Amino acid sequence: MAVLDSKIPQGPLKEKWSNYLETMKLVSPANKKKLDVIVVGTGIAGASAAASLAQLGYNVKAFCYQDSSRRAHSVAAQGGINAAKNYRNDGDSVYRLFYDMIKGGDYRAREANVYRAAEVSNGIIDQLTAQGVPFAREYGGQIATRSFGGVQVSRTFYAQGQTGQQVLLGSYSALKRMIARGKVKMYHRRQMLELVLVDGEARGIITRNLVTGELERHSAHAVVLATGGYGTIYYLSTLGVTSNASAAMIAYRKGAYFGNPSFIQIHPTCIPQLSDFQSKLTLMSESLRNDGRIWVPKEKGDTRDPNEIPEEERDYYLERKYPAFGNLVPRDVASRAAKERCDAGYGVGPTGQAVYLDFKHAIKEQGAKAIGNKYGNLFDLYQKITGDSPYETPMKIYPAGHYTMGGLWVDYELMTTIPGLYAIGEANFSDHGSNRLGASSLMQGAGDGYFILPNTIGNYLADKIKTRAPETSREEFAKAESDAREKLEKLLSINGSQTASSFHKRLGKIMWDHCGMKRNKEGLEEAREQVKQLKDEFYRDVNIPGSMNQVNQELEKALRVGDFFDLSQLLIEDALNRNESCGAHFREEYQTEGGEAMRDDENYMYVAAWEYQGDNKMPALHKEPLHYEFTEVKVRSYK
Amino acid sequence: MKVNLQIWRQPDNKTKGKFVNYELDNINPEMSFLEMLDALNDKLIKRGEDPVAFEHDCREGICGSCGLFINGRPHGPEKDVATCQLHMRSFSDGQKIVVEPWRAKPFPVIKDLIVDRSAFETIMEAGGFVAVDVGSAPEANQIPVKKQHAEKAFDAGVCIGCGACVAACKNSSAMLFVSAKISQLALLPQGIPEARRRALDMLAKADELGFGSCTSTEACEVECPKAISLEHIARMNRQYFKASFSEEKE
Repeated sequence: MAVLDSKIPQGPLKEKWSNYLETMKLVSPANKKKLDVIVVGTGIAGASAAASLAQLGYNVKAFCYQDSSRRAHSVAAQGGINAAKNYRNDGDSVYRLFYDMIKGGDYRAREANVYRAAEVSNGIIDQLTAQGVPFAREYGGQIATRSFGGVQVSRTFYAQGQTGQQVLLGSYSALKRMIARGKVKMYHRRQMLELVLVDGEARGIITRNLVTGELERHSAHAVVLATGGYGTIYYLSTLGVTSNASAAMIAYRKGAYFGNPSFIQIHPTCIPQLSDFQSKLTLMSESLRNDGRIWVPKEKGDTRDPNEIPEEERDYYLERKYPAFGNLVPRDVASRAAKERCDAGYGVGPTGQAVYLDFKHAIKEQGAKAIGNKYGNLFDLYQKITGDSPYETPMKIYPAGHYTMGGLWVDYELMTTIPGLYAIGEANFSDHGSNRLGASSLMQGAGDGYFILPNTIGNYLADKIKTRAPETSREEFAKAESDAREKLEKLLSINGSQTASSFHKRLGKIMWDHCGMKRNKEGLEEAREQVKQLKDEFYRDVNIPGSMNQVNQELEKALRVGDFFDLSQLLIEDALNRNESCGAHFREEYQTEGGEAMRDDENYMYVAAWEYQGDNKMPALHKEPLHYEFTEVKVRSYK
Repeated sequence: MKVNLQIWRQPDNKTKGKFVNYELDNINPEMSFLEMLDALNDKLIKRGEDPVAFEHDCREGICGSCGLFINGRPHGPEKDVATCQLHMRSFSDGQKIVVEPWRAKPFPVIKDLIVDRSAFETIMEAGGFVAVDVGSAPEANQIPVKKQHAEKAFDAGVCIGCGACVAACKNSSAMLFVSAKISQLALLPQGIPEARRRALDMLAKADELGFGSCTSTEACEVECPKAISLEHIARMNRQYFKASFSEEKE
C-alpha cells in the first residue's frame, strides 16, 4: 500500500518553495538529453509543461486526442487569469492571493501548494506577455485588470472574454517552437488506453491512433497526465463534449489514488438548459458579475417581461444576503443561492430554472459602449444561442457543472502515488480545496506546467540517468497492449441496442440530481444503486457499430462513458463519506439555519484519497490530514 | 420540422466518396446543427448503419474543431458563427441541406466530414511563436503596448484555426489564417525581433504545403466565424515585402 507522504518542505510558508528549489536534485544538460518524458494532454498545463521540459533539454513525447493542441478545452476559459502583481495598488500580495484561495476553497486545500501557486502567478503573466498574449491594456500601455468573485482586489488579467483561448495559444506557440526544434514529438489524434508500469513505476502508455485504430506502445522515464477535468460526468456541462476522465481512471485502476473526487464546481452563470436534445451548456463568464446584477421577481411565478418589473418588485437576493460581497460571492455560494430561489418558486423563464443577470444599471452608468468593450463577445455569444440581446433584456442564467477540484492525488512535487506518474492542471486535486475561485484554473495549469513540474520532475529523474527508457518489446508493454485490445473487443462484442450517448445522458441525470449542487445520504444511496444498475445495463446493451481498425467515434464515446460509470461510483462513495458541507460539496444534512455550508473541521479536515480495490468494490479510503499553520481556520463568510 | 440532408460519405482516404440522402423528421428549430446531426446518427446507429463522422468539441464556437461546408458555405448561412453555433431555426421546413467536408488539396478527407488539417500545424511550427524561454521573460509591464495595438492584435489572435478561410477560397489559400498570426505578432513589440523570419518562413511553408495564393476575393473574410479582417492580410503583405527587401540576413 502506498504511503500518503505529501512531501511538504520544512520551513516557513514563504520559504518552502525557494528552499525546495535550492535543495532539489538537478540533472545536467548532458543527462537531460538521455531522459524521455511522456506528456498526455496538451491544454494549458500539458502544452506549457511539454514546452518547458523540452526547453530544459528532456526528450518529450506529447499526446492529445484532438487534431491540434489548440482545441483543448482550456480554450474555452473566458474571464481571466489571476496574479498577485498588485498593479492597482489595492493591497494585493502573494499572501492575499494565497489566503483568498485557501478561504475560497473552504479550508480543504494544502497550504504549501496553494502558497506556491500564488507565488509563481506573477511569473506566468510575465511569460505569457512575452509570448505575445494580447492582454487588455490601459491607455498608457500598461496591462489592465478586473475583479472576480470571492475577492476584494482587482487581480484578474484578461483578454476580453477569451482569456483561455489567448493563454492556451501562448502555451501552444511555445509547444510549436519546441516541436520545430525537434525536442517535442507530437502525437495528435491519440487516445491513451493503458498506463504501463515497470517494477511499480510509470514507464509508458498504450495509445490508440484514432485514424487507423492501431494500438501503439510508448516508453519513457516518466509520465505526466495533463488530461483535464471530468465535469462531463453530468453529461450536460460547460465542458467540451469529448472532455473525459479516462486517463485519470486508467491511472486510478493502476494504483494512483484519487483525491476528493466529489468536489465538483457548479458554475453559477450558464445559459440554462432549453430542451431535452441539448448536448451542452454554455458558460457566461463570472466576470459579468462585476457589472451585472442578479435578481428574481419578488412575486412567485411572475411571468411579466423583466423590463416591465419595477425596481421595488425585484429581489437582488445576493446583494440582500451577502452585502459585503454582493454579486461577487464565490461560485458555490452564488450557485446554491440561485438554486434556492428557483426551488422556492421564484425562478424565471419557460422552465422556472433561471434567474436574471441584468446590465441595465451598468449600461446607464457607463454607457453601452464601455460595457460592450468589456463583455461584447460574451453578449454576442449569448445572443447567438438564445436570440436575446443582453443590451436590451436581462440574461437568463442557471448553474451548470463546470470544474473539478477533485482529481488524482499528488504530493508537493505533483507526483501521484505511482512513482514516476505526475498529474498537473485540472487533472490533479491539489490547489482549490472544495471550491475554486474564478480565474485560478488558468493560473494553476500554467503554474504547474511552466514553473513547478519542470523543476520537481528533475528531482525524480536525477536518479534515472543511468537507465534507458524501457524497450517497448518488454512483457509489461505486451500485457498492457493486450489488456487494451481486450477492453475494446469486449465493448465491440456487446452488440446491444442503445447508444453510448443515451447511457451518458441517463448517468448524467442521476449524478446531477443526486450528486450535484446539493447532496444527501438518502439520495446518494439511491444513486449508488441506480448507477450500478445502469452500468450493468451498459455492458449488456450498448451498441457500438463498426470495428476498432478505423475511425470509430462511437467506440471512443463508449470508452469515455465506461470510465464515467466507474468514476460516478467513486464520486458517490466520496460524497457519502464526507458528512459535512464544505465549498461545492453541500450535504443538506449539514447546514446552518441560514442555509450556509456547515463544515466539520474536527472530523473532516482531510483530503480523501481513494485507492482502487477492483471493479464494483468499495475503494479504500486514505486520509491526508490538513494542517493550517499559517492561516486561521474560520467560518467562511461573505456577508 | 423536416429536413432533406445530402451528406458526403467517404469511409476513408483511399475510398472514393459520394453523397447520400437522408430524410430527418421531428427536428426542433431550437436544435443546433450538430445536435441535428447527433439525432441523425442516433437513427443510423439504431438502423445498423455507420454514423456520420464529424468533428466537434466545445460546441460554443471557440475550439475550432467543427467545420462543415453547408449549402455551399463554410459554417453555413449565418454570419460570424462556427457550425456548432448554427441553429436549425436558420433553415426552413423541408429544406434541402447539402453537407460536405472542407474541400482543399492540403486538407485530405479522413472520413466523411473529417479532414486532416495538420498542414495548419506545420505552418505554425514554421514561425508562429515568439521564441522566449521560460525564466527569461521581463516584468510584464516593462513592455508597454499601445491599447489600440493590443486590441488589433487580439482581433487577429482570436483565429480558431478551423480552416473556413481555406474552404471559402477558390485558390484554397490559407492567407487569412497565416496573416492572423503574423499580424498579431507584428502589432506587438514582443514579436518584432523575429518578424522578418516569421513572415518569410510561414508564407514559404504555406506555399510548400500546397495552399494557393491570395487574389483578394475577400471570401475568407466573409466566411470567417471570428470576423477576422482582410486588413491582417494587408499587414502581412507589408511584413513580407519589408522582409524580402531587408538587408538583414540570418
